[in-house]
Amino acid sequence: MSDPVEVKTLIIDEQEVSALRGQTILEVARENDIDIPTLCHLEGLSDVGACRLCLVEIKGSNKLLPACVATVYEGMEVRTNTERLKKHRRMILEMLFAERNHICAVCVSNGHCELQAMGQEQGLTHIRLPYRNPKLTLDASHERFTADHNRCILCMRCVRVCAEIEGAHVWDVMGRGINSVVITDLNDEWGKSTCTRCGKCVQVCPTGALFDKSKIGSDHPKYPDFLPNLKMMREAQ
Amino acid sequence: MSKLKLATVWLDGCSGCHMSFLDMDERLLELAELVDVVYSPVVDAKEFPDEVDIALVEGAVASVDDEKKIKKVRAHSKMLIAMGDCAVAGNVPSMRNPFGPQPILDRAYIENASLQQQIPCVVVPKLLKVVRPIHEYVKVDVFLPGCPPSADTFHTALTALLTGGPLDISELTRFGA
Repeated sequence: MSDPVEVKTLIIDEQEVSALRGQTILEVARENDIDIPTLCHLEGLSDVGACRLCLVEIKGSNKLLPACVATVYEGMEVRTNTERLKKHRRMILEMLFAERNHICAVCVSNGHCELQAMGQEQGLTHIRLPYRNPKLTLDASHERFTADHNRCILCMRCVRVCAEIEGAHVWDVMGRGINSVVITDLNDEWGKSTCTRCGKCVQVCPTGALFDKSKIGSDHPKYPDFLPNLKMMREAQ
Repeated sequence: MSKLKLATVWLDGCSGCHMSFLDMDERLLELAELVDVVYSPVVDAKEFPDEVDIALVEGAVASVDDEKKIKKVRAHSKMLIAMGDCAVAGNVPSMRNPFGPQPILDRAYIENASLQQQIPCVVVPKLLKVVRPIHEYVKVDVFLPGCPPSADTFHTALTALLTGGPLDISELTRFGA
């Protein structure tokens, strides 16, 4: 039986808020200026709960829920910034930094990187875990763009924007767990893939993993803001 | 009040952190009122002193010599500060980690050498298999990320540490800053 009540009231960080049925905790929090940190979420794309940074506590549940995909219900009590959550968020970020070879100083995205900024925002001054130093590839076969897997955090934004917005679905994920990597087509070289050269994946990539070859040094700000506008224009048609 | 003893140490880094430290310019005079620099690449002391109050360490641990040095520095320092991204996170020196030291040695001493192609085996310390940040070897009290941390970062952080004032590192600097 479907829920007939359209409006839900809930509490986020001791603040009473109202929401529409089906809205996510993240949507409602942001509408009410309550900050929940995210990395894989991007306005204009579907949500996948990949980065786990947006985990929140729900009263009456031992499980932490990703705010980007968890929907609201009547009487829900959410906490977004407890000591426990802060601890987990720092650990998640440290795992992201330790998992691959993130060398900010030599990255095209230095100063424009969402991972780097999030590290600073969450008060990271060093990584307590040992670095894994994996041997990863760099694909420079495309005439315009490069994919450096050393800097990828597997947020899947490229996969989603390519499939959902560009409609090409060139990007996908290969492997499981820590061995996952984003690939073009069936793990073909990017330059030989069915890529449409639109560059949306580069603009939405939060780190320097996907970058434009014409950029040098750390002069590579990304502009993912086109997404909500593009979506709005399409819906208006 | 007697002056605190300050040491600065240079492991596997480019010396950029030391340059940035010197970039404090006239503020170094203020600092000299509070500390004596007892050991540093910029002063003429050969041995690390027995008792140091604050040790600033630049660079990652990349060789057997670095490992020996960092342990000695820790044993004789009250406060150890990891200065810059190499000391804090491995940074550029650690970029060889996925490949190991041999390809680096081959590149430097064989492929790129026009004369006397040979990998040094005496005097030059042996490279460790993996380059690591210093906190993977010893306890670090303060982390100052940045490549390099700016002169302002050094000034603000050292002033806070010397006077016991509040210090929020993340407000000052970040990885790659």
